[in-house]
Amino acid sequence: MMKRRNKWWLCVAPLYIFTLIFVLGPLIYMVALSFATNNDGIGVTWQFTLENFTKMADPVYVRCFVQSFQMAFMTTIFVVLIGYPFGYFMAKLSARGKKLLMFLIMIPFWTSSLIRMYGWIIILQVKGLFNKILLAVGIIDEPLKILYSYPAVVIGMVYALLPFMILAVYSSVEKMDWSLVEAARDLGASAPKAFLTVTLKLTLPGLLSGVILTFVPSMGLFFIADILGGNKIVLVGSLIQDQLTRGSNWPFAAALAVVLMILTTLMIYLYRSITHTKDLEGMF
Amino acid sequence: MKRKKLNWSILYLVIVLVITYLPIVMVVIFSFNESKLTVSWNGFSLKWYEALFKDKGIREALVNSLILGVISCGVSAVIGTLGALGMARVHYKSRGMIEYLSTVPIMVPEIILGMVFLAFFSLLKLPFGMVTLVIAHTAFCIPYIFMMVKARLVGIDKSLEEAALDLGAAPARAFFDITLPLITPAVISGCILAFAMSFDDVVISIFVNSPKVNTLPIKIYTQLKTGVTPEINALCTIILVVVILVLLISSVFSRKTEGKI
Repeated sequence: MMKRRNKWWLCVAPLYIFTLIFVLGPLIYMVALSFATNNDGIGVTWQFTLENFTKMADPVYVRCFVQSFQMAFMTTIFVVLIGYPFGYFMAKLSARGKKLLMFLIMIPFWTSSLIRMYGWIIILQVKGLFNKILLAVGIIDEPLKILYSYPAVVIGMVYALLPFMILAVYSSVEKMDWSLVEAARDLGASAPKAFLTVTLKLTLPGLLSGVILTFVPSMGLFFIADILGGNKIVLVGSLIQDQLTRGSNWPFAAALAVVLMILTTLMIYLYRSITHTKDLEGMF
Repeated sequence: MKRKKLNWSILYLVIVLVITYLPIVMVVIFSFNESKLTVSWNGFSLKWYEALFKDKGIREALVNSLILGVISCGVSAVIGTLGALGMARVHYKSRGMIEYLSTVPIMVPEIILGMVFLAFFSLLKLPFGMVTLVIAHTAFCIPYIFMMVKARLVGIDKSLEEAALDLGAAPARAFFDITLPLITPAVISGCILAFAMSFDDVVISIFVNSPKVNTLPIKIYTQLKTGVTPEINALCTIILVVVILVLLISSVFSRKTEGKI
């Protein structure tokens, strides 16, 4: 018995080694880099500075952060409004219905997200389906220029992140004890009240998990802003990418990443302390 | 009363699904379009499929993506599965920290992962290309497999393995006959998920690839920025068909083994 237990370190060794070298290593390097000095053209000098962080107070960058948060916020709201009812209704279907829907949700999820964005370009372009329908119905007289604008980016983000919310809400509604809702109804609560006080509370872990799974990635999905926003919308993600490639200011990019990372960790920490769980609902 | 309510919810589900599929349907339709433009329908044609099969760049990118996906999935399946099995049995103080760290790659925005890898690989002076791509992809593939297997292990009745041991099975035999078959569905669904993520990844790949080694998403991304040819539509249609087939097969398979997803 003793001997058998002793050998388990062999199993965890690869995970330990890989995680320490290729996850912890890069993270530490990123933090170190964020305090280093940038030398234009030459690269990085290892001289301690806080300049990379103080630089973010510059209105240009503040605007970028604000814009990112607004975008993430808008995306999350729409994803909640569309995804919550979807996950909720889905969990109430028959076993066969659930299976079919799960299948239908998974298919787009597994096709290239770039291709799906391209599909939106086809739809939203000036002579695309969207405008054709609106013109035919008579809602508008002239085609709208939605593509390469703020709404287009929001549509793309919501579209890309919706499945995460649906799955998170679905799995928590699925697990819910319906007898509690029935009890509330029996005790005289109206349907909306029973929903707000019982169902919503019980499915809160799923909802919050979905919110994190939407909010966090939406700040980094620079390619959606790039493709559907046409360079007009600069998110923190695009800024980091820009600093790494064109700007070649790695310390500043690292500092931006550190701030983003702290915000992310903070959100996950909050989630854990609110819901008293360790893993995000619906991830697995 | 109840019936009516149910119909509303189904209507809602259908509407959202239709909108979800709309962009994909558009891409598929225009893959058969005679014209290069995606504005109007000019007649049925298979010429973009023909062009696709002749396009060396896309074929190369596709092969690269497949190689990358298979290697990263394979490596992370080994590391993740062994890790999950071992973590359930060791009691190191560092266990919680390592578990958290190993899931960091899928918890932080992708851009951060891309940037830290770019910086770290240049520090190590690793040549950018397939090697760096594999390491980066392995990093975000491990969590999917690790957590799947971990979740499955929680659900497994430990007494089964203990019973086998009590009945005199060697530890290795108990593992291969009892535990392994029980976690296999989790490993497979973890692998499928990880492969899908690897096959679709743009953000991280863009930072750690070399101009010589293109993956399919990078190729598509460059085309989207410079100008798309309907070959991409044709490619997407083919991938879609493959995905549907794989999902159908795996759903039949999982019905047999009662696995998750």
